[in-house]
Amino acid sequence: MISPGEQAPEFTLRREDGNAFTPEDLQGKTTVLVFYPFAFSPVCTDQFNLYEEVLDDLKARGATLYGVSCDATWSQKAFREKLGVTIEQLSDFEPKGEACRAFGVYHPGGFPQRALVIIGPDGVVKWGYEAEVPTELPGANLIFDGLAAAGGG
Amino acid sequence: MTELGSAPVPAPSPEDHIAGPVDAPLVIEYADFECPYCAAQHLRLSRLRLRRVFRHFPVRSSHPRAWAAACAAEAAALQDRFWEMHELLFSDQGRLEDPHLWERARELGLDLERFETDRRSDAVRDRVRRDFQSGVRAGVVTTPSLFHDGRLYAGQLDAAALLAVSAGGSA
Repeated sequence: MISPGEQAPEFTLRREDGNAFTPEDLQGKTTVLVFYPFAFSPVCTDQFNLYEEVLDDLKARGATLYGVSCDATWSQKAFREKLGVTIEQLSDFEPKGEACRAFGVYHPGGFPQRALVIIGPDGVVKWGYEAEVPTELPGANLIFDGLAAAGGG
Repeated sequence: MTELGSAPVPAPSPEDHIAGPVDAPLVIEYADFECPYCAAQHLRLSRLRLRRVFRHFPVRSSHPRAWAAACAAEAAALQDRFWEMHELLFSDQGRLEDPHLWERARELGLDLERFETDRRSDAVRDRVRRDFQSGVRAGVVTTPSLFHDGRLYAGQLDAAALLAVSAGGSA
């Protein structure tokens, strides 16, 4: 996967409103990308429920968190609404997995590895974490460790 | 600003809710009163000779009444009835709306007015939040989670883990 110190790659993800999410959207703020295998799979469910509970703390650190998967926008939206979470979802549906490949987190099985990437306001990758197996759920503490390592606090 | 980076699970302190014999194997539980797996695990653990520390880990998006239930238990704790409320909450998870919480408070003979003020107070909310944050820092990601002998058991304990915990050793 992409290493700290590297510039975020060129990519285009799709927001829920249909607009594009590109490296331009990373400028001027700290971004946490949460790559996850599939909408509605059990571990992702726990993962977003947990992260939702610490969103205020992330905001206090000036960080914005997004979920990224290869699911279609409609599936992501249904997933988010079912969980009752507000975390915005970004879709890597077409061309499938292109952004995930650019970040080096695309699993040969056709889905994103479960991974966390923190990108600084300058568009440079500050920190990354990849789960050893897709069923591992990275704790919210890791995000805060990453933000501290990124110099965000 | 609150620090939520990794940290070891805090040792039991006088702030904690602790039950069971001092010399029994120690378990530190992170649980949510609206979580059915937590209720099941509570039943299993209550059959064992353990010293149990209970900490709140409510996650509101999956369990909308988890915070209300946790705050109700803390409000009962302020009238020295934490464990009784803990039992009443886990024993009937389908009924966690406000009138159900009042009914439990009445059953325990609590001062209702005080219960009502306390459960909505910042102090009680902060108390629940402190537990939750200590869990996040220790790497808790799901409920129930249990720490025993320096090890984190995520999810329901299997038979081998139950045995290890009750024997006071590691699996």
